[in-house]
Parts: sequence; structure tokens; C-alpha cells
Amino acid sequence: MQLTAALRILLVVTAVLAGAAPARAHPHIWVTMKTTLIYAPDGSITGIHHDWAFDDMYSVFATQGLAQKTKGVFTRDDLAPLAKVNVDTLKGSDYFTFVTADGKKIQLADPPQDYWLDYTGNTLTLHFTLPFKQPLKAKDLLIEIYDPTIYVDFEFADQNPVSLTGAPAQCKMKFQRPPDLSLMYKQGKPLGEQFFNSLTPAQNWGEQFANKIMVGCG
Amino acid sequence: MALAATILLLAASALTPAWADPFGGGAASGPPQLGGFAGWILAEQSMFYQMMSGTIRDAKSNGSAAYTLLGISFVYGIFHAAGPGHGKAVISSYMVANNETWRRGVILSFASAVLQSLTAIVIVAVAAVLLNATAKMMDTTVQIIETVSYVFIILIGARLLWVKGRAFVKLLRSETHVHDHHHHGHDHHHAHAHAHSEHTHGEDEASAWGHAHAPEPQDLAGPKGWQRGMAAVISVGLRPCSGAIIVLVFALAQGLFWVGVASTFMMGLGTAITVTAIATLAVGASGLAGKIARAKPGRGMLVLRGLETAAAALVMLFGFLLLTGYMYSEQLMGI
Repeated sequence: MQLTAALRILLVVTAVLAGAAPARAHPHIWVTMKTTLIYAPDGSITGIHHDWAFDDMYSVFATQGLAQKTKGVFTRDDLAPLAKVNVDTLKGSDYFTFVTADGKKIQLADPPQDYWLDYTGNTLTLHFTLPFKQPLKAKDLLIEIYDPTIYVDFEFADQNPVSLTGAPAQCKMKFQRPPDLSLMYKQGKPLGEQFFNSLTPAQNWGEQFANKIMVGCG
Repeated sequence: MALAATILLLAASALTPAWADPFGGGAASGPPQLGGFAGWILAEQSMFYQMMSGTIRDAKSNGSAAYTLLGISFVYGIFHAAGPGHGKAVISSYMVANNETWRRGVILSFASAVLQSLTAIVIVAVAAVLLNATAKMMDTTVQIIETVSYVFIILIGARLLWVKGRAFVKLLRSETHVHDHHHHGHDHHHAHAHAHSEHTHGEDEASAWGHAHAPEPQDLAGPKGWQRGMAAVISVGLRPCSGAIIVLVFALAQGLFWVGVASTFMMGLGTAITVTAIATLAVGASGLAGKIARAKPGRGMLVLRGLETAAAALVMLFGFLLLTGYMYSEQLMGI
């Protein structure tokens, strides 16, 4: 039945078009990050500190038109209004930071504490600390950092991207970068079935690009 | 040839995430190879984008870097448009609903890409160059323009739905009528069709019948056809790509605004090629359906008109989804 075939093609095309859902957004901002987990003396985690360095084009764009006291130099004060805009906007996307403690999702408190921007070289960097609502002790802590819409591309820094301050000695940290899909493709390693099976309907496509921090305090 | 293959692959790659997650929470699996390909496209995009900033810096001291930049921008545009926000969905559905020809589809795609480039350039020229406005202000401007453009899309969809829906309902009614007398045969059907088209009420009345399925040449060439096309172009092309705005502001900061302008147009050209490829796929499929449907008067035409009505409804739906931010929302101050 040819007509059915043609209609089927059309249906596929429609699916492609409908797929223009958030899941298919594309990065416009690249962030290279370092993350520090902050622990209280009693061994509970109290906050997550992020240092997010923006790519050079976005750094220039974001600071366009901002008043400078000295031309060519952005001081922390100059950047304070932008830092406020940033953390306010980030609230809407849960600061791209998703915490699971012993299998349970944990809401972080807002607003972020001690936030500021600095501009060194060609790089604008946002620093902020996300406090936990209550200090938390977990056997297995998972922190995922990603943008579900992939508008922002997050990537751990090359050197020591994750550190723990004041963590109990028995806590072991591991971090995991998102899979390098490009490399896998070039090496002729198409993503296996396992990868796709791991995408349950509740998850979103952007999650496969999550940067993961796992802390086990067993 | 290689380019054609690339485009085809690009179109194919767009499939994967659609399968993986059609409307934010769909079925789980997709063809693995394509998944890798989509990831590759994403990664290539990052690479090209990051090459762009370096090349713009180089262009300050080295004139030939500007030409390199144009090449990079062009390829980036092709990759980039595989993502949302470049009017693929709206243009393709519009073309299917309106029974557009391939040639007009190419023109519509290119015109909207050029307009999209122009809007980005005008915004940056006015906001950043003349007014020294902040990024935040540009973001607000873009959001206002977006809202207007989405309302346009809804209106265009509504108009199409009204026209196509009426034609469909009319055909549905007469089809039931024909069905009653179906042993009267083919001749009767045709006579009926011609009688109907004598007192044409509107542009689509005639084409609701088999003999006038292909768009009338005068309809395409006439000012009305182009006016309608322009409305679609404006609704899609009004919204600038954030990527272009970021590149333009960056180039401006390097004192190379014109290099940024040239780069924006090259990105637009690349974008147009991808949009054209996908729109062509849609039109090709519906054209094929049309050809087959024409061969069997009656049920076939009904399916076809139903298809056009559905496409028209889709344009309107896309407009609503865009407006409510469900389908696609992109803030320049994403962070």
C-alpha cells in the first residue's frame, strides 16, 4: 500500500519536527566547572560550592554594556548586578544541580550564598554556594550537574574538578564525566542498547550529559 | 554529492532524540547508531563554536582568518540548525498544509534564514553598537520579538486551519454523497467535481477536488501566494538565533563587527540548507502521498485533505507550544 508508505514517511517527518522539544536544544553556553563539597565537623554535608567558568564568547556577551569603573577591567563590584541576575535566573533551573541521597532526591535551599563573578583573562567565572536545607549524612550521595535542555554545556575542569573539604576520612569520592559521544562515534562504537535502556521515560535526554559526583561514606 | 549525503544524514540524526523523547517523556529507545551520530553532531557543534571565537580573535591581526571564520560559520550553521528554533517545524508543516512546491519551500527556508540573520544584526547594531545596552536588555528585546513571532505563527496556523478544515469538511460531506451513489462510477464523480468548481467560493475550493490538486501556477506566481509566504517567513524569521547574537557581540568587542555580520549571514546560509532539507523531506512525502491519492479519487483525496488539515492544526499547535514555552524556550541569560 503505497499511500500508507507515504503517510508513514510523513508521520516520521512530523515526529522529527515535534521532536523540537526542549530535549533537542543545543548548547549556546559552555561552562567549565570545579565543585567543592563542604562538610561540617560532625561529618554531614552542608553545601555545594561551584566555580563555573564561561566560554570566552559568552563571557564577552554577558558583560556587554555593563558599567566599569576602570575601562577594560571588571571588578567584583562592577559584576555584582550581573551575578544577581545569574543566581536569580538559575533558580528556575534548580541551579542545574541535582542531588540524590541514598536514593532520595534532595531539594537544596535558596538563595545561594556568597555568590560573585570575576573576570580574569578572557574568562568570566561565577562562584556560588548552594546550601542544603539541613546538614545531611548519607551513605551514598550522588550529585549530578547538567542542563536538561542542553542549552548550557557543563564540563568538569581537566585538573582536580571535584574536592571535598572537611569530609570524614571514610568518605570516598568518585566523579564521572559525561560520555564523549563524538569520540565513541569516531571509534565506531555506537551507543549500545544498554545506554538507551538506561533512558527511562521519566528521564530527559539532557541527563546523558550529566557530570556526576558520587560520595560513599559506608 | 557529499553535501547532499551530509544533509540527508543530518535530517536522519534529527530523528533520534525525537524517538527518544518526542514531547518530553516518550518512548525509551532509538536506533543506536543514530544516537551516536546525534551526539557526534552536538560535539562537532561545540568544536566549531569554540573554533569561531579563536578565529575571530585571530582576525584582528590576520585578515585571512576572516575567511576561515566564514567557512566555520557556514558549517556551524548546518549543524546548529539540526537543533530547535530555526523554524524547521513551522516551515515544514506550513508547506505540507499549504501544498507548497519544493521550489517555494527552498525560497521560504532561505528567506526566513536571511531574515533571522538580519534580526540578530539589527538587534546587536541598535542595542549594543548605538545604545551600549546590556546583555540583559538584549535578552528582553529578543523575548518580546519571540512572543510576537509566536503569536504570528498561531495566527497563520489558525488561518490555514480555517481554510483547509473547511475544504476537508466540504469534501467529507460530498464524499459521503458520492459514496451513496458509488455504483454510478467514475464519470459521475468527475461531473460532480466540475460542477462544484464552477462556483468557486475560495482559493481552496477548486483544489479540494482532484483535478486541481497541484497548486495553480497563477496561485504561486500571484501576489497573494507570495504575501502568504511572506507571512510565514516573517513569523519564523523574526526570532533571532541566540548564537548569532553572542557571536555578533563578541565580534563587536574585538572591533570586528563587520566580520561578525558576515559570519552571521554564513551561519544563516548553513541553517537554511538544513531547514530546506527537512522541509523538502516533508513536502516530498506529502507530494508522494498526493500523487498516489490522485490516482484513486475519493478516499485518497479525503486522506490528503485530512493531512493538510492536520498539518495546519500542527502549525497552530507549534505556535501555542512555543508561546507557552513548552516546546522551546531559549533565554540568552540562560545562566
